[in-house]
Amino acid sequence: TGRLPNSKAGDDKPRLLLMGQPRSGKSSISSVVFHKLPPSETLYLETTTRIKKESMHSFMDFQVWDLPGHVDYFDPSFHVDHIFEEIGALIWVIDAQDEYLEAIMQLNKTILNLQHSYPSINVEVFVHKVDGLSDDYKADTFRDIIQRVTDELSDHGYENAPVSFYQTSIYDHSIFEAFSKVIQKLIPQLPTLEALLDSLCQSCRIEKAYLFDIMSKIYIAADTSPTDGGSYEIASDYIDVVIDVSEIYGWDRTLALEVEEEEIRGESGCNDAESLITMERKGNHYLYLREINKYLALICLMGDDSPAEKKAVIDYNVGVFQTALKQVFPRAEREPPGHHH
Amino acid sequence: MNTGKRQKQRKVLLMGKSGAGKSSMRSIVFSNYVAKDVRRLGATIDVEHSNIKFMGNLMLNLWDCGGQDGFVENYLTHQRAHVFSSVAVLIFVFDIESREFAADVISYSSIIRALQENSPSAKVFVLIHKMDLVQARLRQQLFEERAEYIRAASEGFKDTVEFWATSIWDQSLYKAWTQIIYYLIPNAGSIEALLRQLAEVIDARELILYERTTCLTVTHVTRGLEERNPFTDRFERISSILKTHKQSMAKHTNLPPNIANFAEMQIKTGRFMFFITRLTENTNLAAAIPPSEQIFNAARVNISLVRPRFAELDIGSAKASARGGI
Ligand SMILES: Nc1nc2c(ncn2[C@@H]2O[C@H](COP(=O)(O)OP(=O)(O)OP(=O)(O)O)[C@@H](O)[C@H]2O)c(=O)[nH]1
Ligand SMILES: Nc1nc2c(ncn2[C@@H]2O[C@H](COP(=O)(O)OP(=O)(O)O)[C@@H](O)[C@H]2O)c(=O)[nH]1
Ligand SMILES: [Mg+2]
Repeated sequence: TGRLPNSKAGDDKPRLLLMGQPRSGKSSISSVVFHKLPPSETLYLETTTRIKKESMHSFMDFQVWDLPGHVDYFDPSFHVDHIFEEIGALIWVIDAQDEYLEAIMQLNKTILNLQHSYPSINVEVFVHKVDGLSDDYKADTFRDIIQRVTDELSDHGYENAPVSFYQTSIYDHSIFEAFSKVIQKLIPQLPTLEALLDSLCQSCRIEKAYLFDIMSKIYIAADTSPTDGGSYEIASDYIDVVIDVSEIYGWDRTLALEVEEEEIRGESGCNDAESLITMERKGNHYLYLREINKYLALICLMGDDSPAEKKAVIDYNVGVFQTALKQVFPRAEREPPGHHH
Repeated sequence: MNTGKRQKQRKVLLMGKSGAGKSSMRSIVFSNYVAKDVRRLGATIDVEHSNIKFMGNLMLNLWDCGGQDGFVENYLTHQRAHVFSSVAVLIFVFDIESREFAADVISYSSIIRALQENSPSAKVFVLIHKMDLVQARLRQQLFEERAEYIRAASEGFKDTVEFWATSIWDQSLYKAWTQIIYYLIPNAGSIEALLRQLAEVIDARELILYERTTCLTVTHVTRGLEERNPFTDRFERISSILKTHKQSMAKHTNLPPNIANFAEMQIKTGRFMFFITRLTENTNLAAAIPPSEQIFNAARVNISLVRPRFAELDIGSAKASARGGI
C-alpha cells in the first residue's frame, strides 16, 4: 500500500501497543488492518519474535507496535519507559476461542503495573476470534471476561479503571470498527468533527455520515445520531468498491504513452473523487462518497426523503464541510489533494 | 417461426467428488451466497437443477450432481443416457486438498467416457478448486502438475479440455465462470458488434456488459489506450467487486439480493469517470470514459437511446418473446 514505511523509534506520534498471549492474533490484526492482508492468509504468518513497529501516515501519524507475547515487559532488565512513554492506547488481545484465564491474569498484571507510572493510558481489550463462536457462547464469553477483569482489578483496589472491551474478528468488519473507536479517543478534534458532521446531516437529510481514513478504512468520526450495526459495514464496503474501481481505471496513462498528464486529463475532470449510488427500488440517492483530501473521504447514507434533485444542496454543504475541515486538519493540505488512492 | 431468437437451453453438468465445492460455487455465483455462507450447505442429494437466463437467447440449465459414490454410480449406469446426453458443457471440480487424487482421476475418466458416448461435442472445463488452501508460492506449480495428469486421462477431450485454478475466497471463481459463460453464449458476436458501435459513439474507453444476478461478464469492448490497462484481470475483479457490493446492499436494506439492485452507480475522479446502468432485463452496462462531464452526460443519453436495440438481442424482453414465443 505504500503508506506504511518503517520508521525509527522515538518519533513523537501517538503509539498503539498490541499485546496479548502468543497466537492470540496480534500480528494478524495488524496485517489485516494496516496491510490489507486477506484474513485467510494470516494462517501463514510466522510467530513474532521481536517488537514490530509500523508507522502509519495518514490524517494524523501514529505508530502501531506489535509486541511478541512471550516477553515479560515488567522484568527489571527491560526498559519499560521506552515502550510505554508516549503511548496512546494499549490494545490487549484475548483469544476467545482458547483458555483465557492466563491471558486475563497477564492483562491485570499489566494494568496494575502501568497504573502507577502511566495512569492515563487507555486500555482496550479485544475479545478476539469471535467468528468461530455461536451467538450465545460469544455473549457469555464476553460477559465473563469483562466480569473477571473488573473483579480482579477492584480486588486490588482499582475501581473504574479506564478499560474498554470489544468483540473482534479479522473475518468481518468488527476489527475495523473496534480500531476506529480506539483511534477516535486519540483525536483531540473529535467533538469538532462530530459537530460538523451533525450539521451536514441536518442540512441535507443525511441518515448517517462517516469520515473515513481511506487507506485503513478506520472511521475517525461520525455524526452523533444513534447507529445501527449495519451502517459502518455498508459505508466501508462502499469505500472498497470505489477504491477498487479507481485502482483499475485510475492507472497512470502517461506510463503507456509519452504524453503529459495534462493532455490526458482534459479540462473538466473533478479533483476530488466523488461517487453516488441510486437504488432501483427507491429511486433516490442512497450512498454518496466524496474525497475530502489525500487521506479522508466522507461517506453518507441518505435518508429515504432525500430526493435526487437535492444533489446541488449536498454539493454545496459538502463544500462548506470541506472548508471547515481544512481548518481542523491543516497538515493534510500540505500535499495537494490529488491522485486518488 | 424460428427467427433465430428462440431461447436456447444449454445443459451444463457440474460434477466432481462429494465435498469438492460444487454447490458452494454454484450458490455463490448463481444464488447470492457469500463465501462464508457456504458452510451451511449440506451434501447434494442426487441432482439439483437451476435455470439462469443470460443475455442473448441463452438459458443456462445447470445440473449440480451430488458427488457421493452411490449417486455417481447411478449417473453412470441407470441414468447414463439421461444425464450425459445433449450436454453442452461439463464442469468437473477437483478438490486440491483431496488425499485420493489418483482415485478422483479414475472417477473423472469414467465420467469422461460416458460424456464422450452421449455428447461427443461437449466442452470440458476442469476446475482445480480450493486453491486458497495452498500457499501462494506453491500454487502455480501444483496446479500445472495436476492439470497435466488430468489431461492425460481426458480421452477424446484431451486437446480441448480447459483448466482453471479456483477458490471461493477470491475472484478466480469469476475468472473461470466468465470463460464458461462466454463459451456458451450463442450470439456473442452480434452483441459485441453492437457494443463496439456504442463505445465509438460515446467515446468510451471500455464497456463491460454483465449479467445482473451473477455479475458475470458477458462481453466487453476496450478502446485505444485502455488496451494497455495493466490490470488484465479487471473483468473478474469487477464481477467480484459488484457481487460483494450487491450482498452488502441487500444486507443493509433488508431487501432480498435479487431485488437490491442499484439503478445507477457513478464514480468520478480526475483520471476517469465510470458508471453502471441497466441495459436490458438481465444485463447491466459498465462504462469507463474519459474524465469529462460532457462525455459523461452524453454517454448516459446515448445509452438510453440504444437500449431497445440490445433488448432485441435479449430473449428476456417482452418483445422478443412475443415474436418467437409460439
Ligand atoms: N477452503 C475452501 N473451502 C471450500 C472452497 N469451496 C468450497 N469449500 C468448502 O468445501 C465444503 C464442501 O462444499 P460443497 O459445495 O457442499 O461440496 P459439493 O461438491 O457440492 O459436495 P456434494 O454435494 O456432496 O457432491 C464446504 O464446507 C465448503 O465450505 C474453497 O474454495 N476453499
Ligand atoms: N478464527 C480466527 N482466527 C484468527 C483471527 N485472528 C487471527 N487468527 C488466527 O490466529 C493465529 C495466530 O495469529 P497471530 O497473528 O500469529 O498471533 P500473534 O502471535 O498474537 O501475533 C493465526 O493462525 C491466525 O490465522 C480471527 O479473528 N478469527
Ligand atoms: Mg453439493
